[in-house]
Parts: sequence; C-alpha cells; structure tokens
Amino acid sequence: MAWFRKTKTPLKAQDRRDLPGDVWEKCPSCNEIVYREKFRENWNVCPECAHHLRLPALDYVRLLLDEGSFTEMDAEMRSGDPLSFEDLKKYPERLAQAERKTGRRDALISGHGRMERIPVSLAVMDFSFIGGSMGSVVGEKIARAGRHALEEGTPFIIVSASGGARMMEGIFSLMQMAKTSAVLAELDRAGLPFISLLTDPTTGGVTASYAMLGDVNISEPGALIGFAGPRVIEQTIKQELPEGFQRAEFLLEHGMLDRIVDRREMKASIAILLRHMLSLPAPETSETGSPEG
Amino acid sequence: MATVAHLDFEKAIAEVEEQIDRLRHMAREKGLDVTGEMESLEGKLKSLQTETYENLDPIERVQVARHPRRPYTLDYLERIFTDFVELHGDRMYRDDESIVAGWARLDGESVMVIGHQKGRDMKENLQRNFGMPHPEGYRKALRLMKLAEKFGRPVFTMIDTPGAYPGLGAEERGQAEAIARNLREMAALTVPTISVIIGEGGSGGALAIGVTDRILMMENSVYSVISPEGCAAILWKSGSERDKAATALKLTAPDLNHLGVIDRIIKEPTGGAHADPDATAEALHGVLRETLDELKSLSPEELHEQRLEKYFAMGEWHPRS
Repeated sequence: MAWFRKTKTPLKAQDRRDLPGDVWEKCPSCNEIVYREKFRENWNVCPECAHHLRLPALDYVRLLLDEGSFTEMDAEMRSGDPLSFEDLKKYPERLAQAERKTGRRDALISGHGRMERIPVSLAVMDFSFIGGSMGSVVGEKIARAGRHALEEGTPFIIVSASGGARMMEGIFSLMQMAKTSAVLAELDRAGLPFISLLTDPTTGGVTASYAMLGDVNISEPGALIGFAGPRVIEQTIKQELPEGFQRAEFLLEHGMLDRIVDRREMKASIAILLRHMLSLPAPETSETGSPEG
Repeated sequence: MATVAHLDFEKAIAEVEEQIDRLRHMAREKGLDVTGEMESLEGKLKSLQTETYENLDPIERVQVARHPRRPYTLDYLERIFTDFVELHGDRMYRDDESIVAGWARLDGESVMVIGHQKGRDMKENLQRNFGMPHPEGYRKALRLMKLAEKFGRPVFTMIDTPGAYPGLGAEERGQAEAIARNLREMAALTVPTISVIIGEGGSGGALAIGVTDRILMMENSVYSVISPEGCAAILWKSGSERDKAATALKLTAPDLNHLGVIDRIIKEPTGGAHADPDATAEALHGVLRETLDELKSLSPEELHEQRLEKYFAMGEWHPRS
C-alpha cells in the first residue's frame, strides 16, 4: 500500500530542477524521473513502480479494443440547458469552455468495436470534461450504447471516471442514474455481460449507479472509488479517515470489487472473463489458468 | 405547541397563534365571551398564512420541507393506511430505522409501504439517523419490494431524506452499491410502483426508493440532485448563497412539474402540511387511490414498457434522435 504514502526521500535538488514539461515525467509515487514517452508507451503506468497515472479517455479505447475496430456513436451529441442554469457562470458557457479544452462535446466516448475479436459495446468517461460529471448526454449515450449491445447481443463495457452528477442539470442529472440503471436491467434480462471498469476517480452518482452494477466490477490499483467524497465524510464524522480509505484495495477488501487489474493486463483480463460468460472457447495461445496475485 | 420553533417567515403567523392561545386561555379562566375577537384573530391568521404560503421562495420551500413539525412517513401511514405490519431488517447486517417498511392496507387492499423516517426530537433522531439511511436501509427496502412483487402487490414509497448517510461504515458496506442495485431492480419490478416526495428528496438517497411508475410530490416538498447548501458551496464557493442555489436548481414541486419530471402535485392546506396533517393526509389518500387505480389497469408488460419510456426520456440532449 506504499504507493500513495508521501515519501520523505529528499530529492529537493531534482525537485527544483526545471524539467522540460514535454520530455520528462516524474512519477508522483516513487519520484523516479522517466521519459514521458516511456510513460506513454506504458499506458501511463510508471515503468519503475507500476503506479497508475490517469489515462486519457481515448487511450482506453485504444487499450481495450482491437486496432481499427472502433466505431464511435453519437460523437456530436450535445447537452441542452434544461434549467437555464447560472451560477457564477452560465452553464452553456461552461460547456463551451469544456468543449474547447477537450475537443469533445461531453464527458463520454461511446461506440462499438472488438476486443480480442469479441464484438462489444464500449463507453468511456472523460474526467477532463467538467470532472466527468454525468448529465443528460452521458446518460443518453450510455443508454444508447447499452441498447446497441441489446440489439446486437453483445457485451457492454463501461470505463468510469467521474466526480458525480452534473449539478447544472439539476434533477435531470439525478435521473440519469435511474436511466442508465434501467438499461442495465434490460441487459440483465437478456443475459448479456456487463463489465464495469472503475478508474481513478469514480465517485458520487456514477458509483451509485452503473459503475457498481457490473456482473464483474474491476478497478485499477490505487483508484479512488466512493459514494460520498472524503471531505464530506470527514466533516460528518468529525475524524480523520484511515489510510487507504476508498481506494481500490479498500473496496476489494470490503467485497465491492471482483478484481484489481494492472492496466497493462486489462484487455486480456476482460477478454478472458467475456469468453467465460459468453461460453466461447479459450484461445489456443491462452496460458493455462495461473493463480492470480 | 408554543415551544416549537418556527421558521423565520412564519414569525408573524406564530405571533397571531400565540395571541389566540392567550385569548382562549383568558376566556376560559375569566368566563368571558370573546367570540368576536376570536373570529377576527382567526381571520387574520388565515389571511397571513395564505399570504405567506402563496409567495414562498424556493429556499423557503426548502425550509417548509424540512419543518420540524412536518408530517413524516409514520404520520401518513397512521392516517391513510390500516392494518400496518412493520417488517424489519436486511437479512445481512442490521435493521436500519431511518427506513420504515411493511404491509399495510389502502382502502382494504394489501400493499407494501416503504418510507424514510425522520425523528421529532434528538432521541428519535438518533434512532432514525435524521432520516439518512445506511446501505442496510436500502437493502431492507429492496428486500420488501421483492416481497411485494412475489405476491403481486403494489409498492408505495414515501421519500423524505437529506440524503444517504455519508459515513465510514456506509462506505465500507457499499452505500453506492446498495443504491445502484435498488435503481436497477426497481426499474424491473413487475408490480405497480408509486413514490411521493413528502419532505426532502435528497439526491441518490431519495432516488434509491424513487424509481417508480409515478412520481408524486407534496406541494411544499423539494427534490434535488444536491442540497442548496452543498451546491452553493461548490459552484458559488460560498454556503451563504444557498438562496440562489435553491432557485437555480429548480427543486420545488411546481418547477419539477413544469419540467415534466414528476407526474402530479398534491396540494397542501394553507399554512403547509404541518398546519393540518389530517387534511394533508386526506388529500394524499385521494391521489394515491386514483394513481393506483390508473396503474392497475395496465398489464405488467405495459407497466414495464411505460416505465422504461419514462426514464429513457429524462434529460435534454441534441440532436434528440
């Protein structure tokens, strides 16, 4: 569990050295300075200590699907402003700003493709778009990707990363929890697999709907996963939270996750599960069941 | 009653109520005839109540929804239903008393009633955890919904919670999982389901018993993805902007009716539900009856289809199809 403990190793000189931002990356866990290119080749996993940095949404599509197999759905879908919401900023301005920053219309990429040749529906949340918050577009795109899986009789995989509900859509953001859960109920009835991959961080309304409803719930090492935010809990119970609270390892220990999987093994690991659940034969190249760590 | 706290905007009402009390007391002690004065004071009270309650701001509605004298689930159960048999426990961990549930009869017909339960005083609130359930509360609710389904009986839920409890044990035992499971299972129940927000509809903790065929709201209840205080702290970076947040969130019954999220509003008496719990319960009784009759005319397949359509249509996105 040492990966998130603040190390006190004195690296002051190196810390202060100006690193050209686009060449080097310092691992926040082991403080090792690594070629950024190395980090990227390694799916943002530290080659030294295997600490998992966050990975951009589109990279999960590349990570999980066979090359060139992905067809995106509803890429142009945008949110309305059903409440005409205005806080310090107008909601449409926030949306436009997020769009400029990410080049995406909302906080989710969805579509279908193949995973080790198995056809799947896939949805990946983008935390960089208003904190991966769930509003009408996230809900509708998940509903559509889920229905696509229903129509095609294929499995559905959702990669979650979210701060929770999109407050600026008020009650409609809350209702997306009901909507997405309802489509998963349909997949259940149809006997189709649903895999939930929870990445850092997954909290609030997303955790309390589809992210926790996987036939198999998988996470990456160290991911923060919870319902209430740690600060809210601290204020409520008026005491400090134990070390490692709400981390993937904590959830595994408490029975909320099936597995924690190293990102670099993720595709193979999910594909094995899918073949079990779809009664497909193991591929000839597959290693015979080695006990997992 | 005189010791019960009033909301700020109810001060004037409270003063007249006190005058009436004093007058009545005096009349009794001294054997005076005060009919005339009494009538005028009561008239004044009525018009004050009307004036105040017809012009409630969203944040004032939030306060009425949280009013310490507001009728809770057990108050409605007592007035609307008969033959109530409370059932306890989630069969896994413990009985969570912030949710009450059990069999009851609506006009003689057996139904399952499930609702959040707040307490009236500190002792009760400790027992009820201020109406904030742990995962075991939601698991009890689901267990009993499934029981109702097994016997083909309708499910009524009453929503009144600040939210699901944000605590250590709640997280350890899977608050998120418990809520999520309820959402999915409620979407697939084969019996008619009706929810009514009677006070506070606090986010996921409310929705966890609220994915129903019909969503009703008491006139002065509120339903929101986040409390106005929480929203103000995050988006305005100041908890004191809660009035603005309450308005922006469109959390009142008329707003949510206008947005098409809820199906019907139940009118409260002048002065709010707490001014006359009996009349409030009677109004709710009538609407529950009508709503249930309407749902009973549908086959399980039709129910299922309409429920999916209802939730799939929630939200605003472009292009629509």
